[in-house]
Amino acid sequence: MIRDPVCGMEVESPSEYYSQYEGQKYEFCSSACKAKFEADPGQYISVVSKPGKTTYRVSSDGIERLQIPVIDMHCTSCTLTIEKELKKLPGVKKAHVNYATEQAYVEYLPLEVKTEEILQAIKSAGYQTGQATLKLGIRKMHCACCVTKIEEELRKTPGVLSASVDLATESATINYLPSMAQIPEIKRVIERLNYPAFETGSPVAAVSKAIAEPEDENQKAREKEYRTLLSKFIFSAILSIPFILFSYPALFGLPAQLQKGSDLLRFIWLTMGVISLPIMFWSGSHFYSGALSAIKNRSANMHTLIATGITAAWLYSSVAALVPDIFPSEALADVFFDVVAVVVALVNLGMALEIRAKGKSSEAIKKLIGLQPKTARVIRNGKEMDVPVEEVVLDDIILVRPGEKIPVDGTVTEGSSSVDESMITGEPIPVEKNKDDEVIGATINKTGSFRFKATKVGKDTALAQIIKMVQEAQSSKAPIQRIVDLVSGYFVPTVIIIAMISFVVWYDFGPSPNLIYALVVMVTTLIIACPCALGLATPISLMVGVGKGAENGILIRSGEALETAQKLNAIVLDKTGTITAGNPSLTDMISSNGFKDEEILLYAASVEKASEHPLGEAIIKGAADRSLTLIDPNNFNAVPGHGVQATVQGKQIVLGNEKMMKKFNINLGDLNQRSQQLADDGKTPMYIAVDGKAAGIVAVADTVKPDSKEAIAHLKKMGLEVVMITGDNPRTAKAIARQVNIDRVFAEVLPEDKAFNIKKLQQEGKKVAMVGDGINDAPALAQADIGLAIGTGTDVAIEASDITLIKGSLKGVALAIQLSKATMKNIRQNLFGAFFYNGLGIPIAAGILYPFFGVLLSPLIAGAAMAFSSVTVVTNANRLRRFKAKM
Amino acid sequence: MTLDQIIVTIAGLILSGGLAWYFWFSESKATRIQTTSSGVQETLITVKGGYSPDIIVVKAGKPVRLNFLREETAACSEQVLLPDFHKQATLTPFKTIPVEFTPEKPGEYGFQCAMGMFRGKLIVE
Repeated sequence: MIRDPVCGMEVESPSEYYSQYEGQKYEFCSSACKAKFEADPGQYISVVSKPGKTTYRVSSDGIERLQIPVIDMHCTSCTLTIEKELKKLPGVKKAHVNYATEQAYVEYLPLEVKTEEILQAIKSAGYQTGQATLKLGIRKMHCACCVTKIEEELRKTPGVLSASVDLATESATINYLPSMAQIPEIKRVIERLNYPAFETGSPVAAVSKAIAEPEDENQKAREKEYRTLLSKFIFSAILSIPFILFSYPALFGLPAQLQKGSDLLRFIWLTMGVISLPIMFWSGSHFYSGALSAIKNRSANMHTLIATGITAAWLYSSVAALVPDIFPSEALADVFFDVVAVVVALVNLGMALEIRAKGKSSEAIKKLIGLQPKTARVIRNGKEMDVPVEEVVLDDIILVRPGEKIPVDGTVTEGSSSVDESMITGEPIPVEKNKDDEVIGATINKTGSFRFKATKVGKDTALAQIIKMVQEAQSSKAPIQRIVDLVSGYFVPTVIIIAMISFVVWYDFGPSPNLIYALVVMVTTLIIACPCALGLATPISLMVGVGKGAENGILIRSGEALETAQKLNAIVLDKTGTITAGNPSLTDMISSNGFKDEEILLYAASVEKASEHPLGEAIIKGAADRSLTLIDPNNFNAVPGHGVQATVQGKQIVLGNEKMMKKFNINLGDLNQRSQQLADDGKTPMYIAVDGKAAGIVAVADTVKPDSKEAIAHLKKMGLEVVMITGDNPRTAKAIARQVNIDRVFAEVLPEDKAFNIKKLQQEGKKVAMVGDGINDAPALAQADIGLAIGTGTDVAIEASDITLIKGSLKGVALAIQLSKATMKNIRQNLFGAFFYNGLGIPIAAGILYPFFGVLLSPLIAGAAMAFSSVTVVTNANRLRRFKAKM
Repeated sequence: MTLDQIIVTIAGLILSGGLAWYFWFSESKATRIQTTSSGVQETLITVKGGYSPDIIVVKAGKPVRLNFLREETAACSEQVLLPDFHKQATLTPFKTIPVEFTPEKPGEYGFQCAMGMFRGKLIVE
């Protein structure tokens, strides 16, 4: 069945009414439709080629808004390049590129400029645009021409960037901009061409393209590999038993007719030689294929070692079984088929166990990816509709009912509820949410239902950023890994060379039968060496450690941050927002010189109206609480680190600290003393002067976070020097410091001097961490050896920080340092284990102990040791999963 | 020393030297990537017991897309890491997995599997 382009009815093809237009055949239900079509074909074709154009983003003035993820911006200057390129286009009204969120926001007139041109502009600026990928299954495609037809049609659809249709797999891969096109529309395009289309899996947003999409498939592949290895192990393990038995007839006291030299035993040996072949080429096939492809790449790995070892053992044994007479002595005609079977069996078992253990190591990231919500209930045009979460766009209003997952980040617009944010912040107690509060995607709504406006979607959501940060950290290198990198390139070839030289040495100087000794030593050396344990040691612990951090709301940026964090000796805490809650309130008003309390508050609040200082906000809020109507100030001027001045109702108002008052030559009288009392209580007093005369003091105070004191005690107990830094006056600072037991205080530090103070501490020879909110403190965070940013809501990817604490508590700092220490300890254990194992195992296998103690390692034991060394490393790393903070 | 010992000694030494040369001193060929029409430097890397090609030459400042095709199920090569670019990807067997980034500074950057057994080099010019 095909569709009549004029009336939309389904028609039996071939229909007797048809028409050719631009090389394409159109079929109709009746002659009337055909006539209509032929009169003006363009009208109908345009309907076909422009299906369901996205219109809800178009505002009344015809300006369309587009949000495009931009990939690979490396610096803030990149944003300017892109903006410049975008603004060159006609019809682009506004272009803004956000470096932090990696998004370009474009407002444009769709009539003057096409989406493709906008995308092209970003590309020609040298950047790539993000996109979502959709996979659709398509049925009833019969020929290659169907493919081109569907592809062409898809490419014409607005919002679709590229489309490729595969006949063999009956599927289409479509890259599209989720803000422009929606899945049902894309499906409709294909269906309109009379090919049934269906979704093969959930669509995948650009962020998680590399990892989330094939996650299930990876899991399946891993599972399959595990089962294959296990069956390979069982096959070779069962055969190993008779192999061992008949390889040492004297040892097991077998009857005389089965002893060495007998025809029966020789026959059994020959049979074993043949049975070894499936062991080698089925159970051990991966060793050979791995070794071969490695050699082609001029590299060598574990597979090379095992393959060489078992091949040597098999070749020798086969010659011994086939033509024992060529050996000068009977003792030389011995077989080692048992080595082949046992080594293959054990190494397979080891690899299978390793897959299992590694699966556990990456559980943290899997959990995070699993948190991603699938759908959202969006209200568009007054209608509720369920859409895939990838299609939620900025400013969508989303409805969340009790027990549901919040799909994206946003701000509550209506209703209230309590929300379980433990999966993101690690904080077990649900958080109350009211109008204007921020909600985080992937958290769970507990009690009420509410509506919220989407403020971050796709790869900008807190969860997407967390996943990205964790993946990046897990793929980074800890500096300690450098030792391994140095060794690993040389490791395997060196082992092969050592094995060969051992063979020569044993052959030349070894006891009789020297050929047997030389062979056994060579095979044992090849088999005992375990490059995997070495290579795995650091990355596997790093993966578990970083994942564990994420579970507790601690985002560690890189392996380097982890390694530095455990070497810290001093920690600098910003006062406001770090030690204290960061939302100060008005506490005291003292008026003098005949002014009234309300009067000075009104002046102070009016002046602060023009400032953006957090203390100013507290004053304004205090005035609002007393229902004062503020007056717009004129001639506003802020003196950083001092205060502000402005004209209010023709009066010259000066508000600020003592320095500010000195600057304006204002006589403070006894206010000075009152101010000191307030400061001693941990409040921040500000003088106010009206027309050059002191009028009084307004004081604001911030509350210390409930667990700051405890956290600081822990930091001290961990041997860290705790320092407080603040722009506040020394008295207030000291008062707060006393409350939380901090001895060293840097007070009255101008924001731009914070970094300098960090440097001073570093010059004392200390490794310094700075904890701040990441916005005002960015330079100080960057200067510190480790910058810890206390996350503010959904903004987790704070550029200047090495570690981000999602949850506001200072306890996270102690936890982060403890976790770093535990992870580094684990890495060192692993590295020591791996180096120790190889460093000791290889020489012993080569027979270095033989001249002194007569000790020689059996290749069977070497196989077992090798198989379990890497499992041990992974298991040790997994111990970190049980890490608990000592608090 | 008997004749056979001399033969074994000489053969062993020659073999060792040959191996050392093969693995460490012989240069494998670098592959230069072409820029596609969309401005991306793109290439396919087959992952099977190693990366081929394993030495890749690209230009600085332009986006690079390395498409990894893992043609084996052995767990070793499951992940590819580009630590210098903070990139990693889990390679699904027999599927092309793209890794995209833009190298800004010329130099030599490594890419490797999780254990560092398979290695490749990206030369940025």
